[in-house]
Amino acid sequence: MHELGVVFHIIKKVDKIASENKVEHVNSVTLEIGEVSMIVPSYFEDCWKWAVDNRSERMKGCKLIINIIKGVTKCENCNAEYSTVEHGKICPHCGSDKTFLIRGNEVMIKEIEVF
Amino acid sequence: MEDVRIIEIKASVFEDNNKEADELREYLRSKGVYLLNVMSSPGSGKTTTLSRVINLLKDEFKIAVMEADIDSDIDAKKIKEATGVESIQLHTGGMCHLDAGMTRQGIDNLDLNNVDLVILENVGNLVCPAEFDTGAIKSITILSVPEGADKPLKYPLMYSVCDVVLVNKIDVIPYFDFDLEECKRNVHMRNPNALVMPISAKNGDGIEVFVDWLRNEIHSLKG
Repeated sequence: MHELGVVFHIIKKVDKIASENKVEHVNSVTLEIGEVSMIVPSYFEDCWKWAVDNRSERMKGCKLIINIIKGVTKCENCNAEYSTVEHGKICPHCGSDKTFLIRGNEVMIKEIEVF
Repeated sequence: MEDVRIIEIKASVFEDNNKEADELREYLRSKGVYLLNVMSSPGSGKTTTLSRVINLLKDEFKIAVMEADIDSDIDAKKIKEATGVESIQLHTGGMCHLDAGMTRQGIDNLDLNNVDLVILENVGNLVCPAEFDTGAIKSITILSVPEGADKPLKYPLMYSVCDVVLVNKIDVIPYFDFDLEECKRNVHMRNPNALVMPISAKNGDGIEVFVDWLRNEIHSLKG
């Protein structure tokens, strides 16, 4: 359900850009999705197939390409960078909780292929 | 197919919504209307808490309520029975959250010259409402004791984007394995600036503290 809301936003945005660029049809949309963005790619793909066929004339059958961005957290205490998915909020090197996410929560539209 | 080309976009999916939300916030400030976004999981006591808050503030401020539900008007009826205040029902049409556009439509149905405080009861859900800025002046999250003190760890974004966390149902703490101090630590780990206020919407404990905060907020918006 969460994925469907995000899919609708993407379709709205892509459709607007396509119309501004006088595009006839959008063949594919490439997204960059962070590992810790709370989006599940498999659910996202199911929503996508239904939504593009029902919500936009110029996006019927449009393909979805997802590039995953790894989640990386940085520790303020020891300056180490580590995998967010493996270790979470606590730094595996020094045990500090003064850490912050540097990438991995993105939901970006990278590019679209059109004709 | 020789005309196929690539258009680079490189934009966050939430960018348009964030822009609409900022515009709505500015508009509300210019009108002196305080919009409070209330988020939580289902069953945390949002409607009961809001009824208490409205009853304590309704003689001081003109209050409107917007109820976001996937498809029912039970909450709107409950608020009306408990407080006499009418609600606008926003049906999200199956969506799990409200975005700034839907909030704007609700706001446009109110007579803003006759309202000081608008309370937006978001869809009961700890994931999606956190990602879509509604345009509210401030957001609060209600965490109820039976849900457990670990919720801020499991749903970090929800507890990062709110200004106040109301820990509700503190009257039943003796029956649950719930450590209030641990809960506060978990909230502050995600959001050092969040105010944590323990309440019981059922018997009214702690509600005054939150009402004082909200009263100050409204006064400072109105200047």
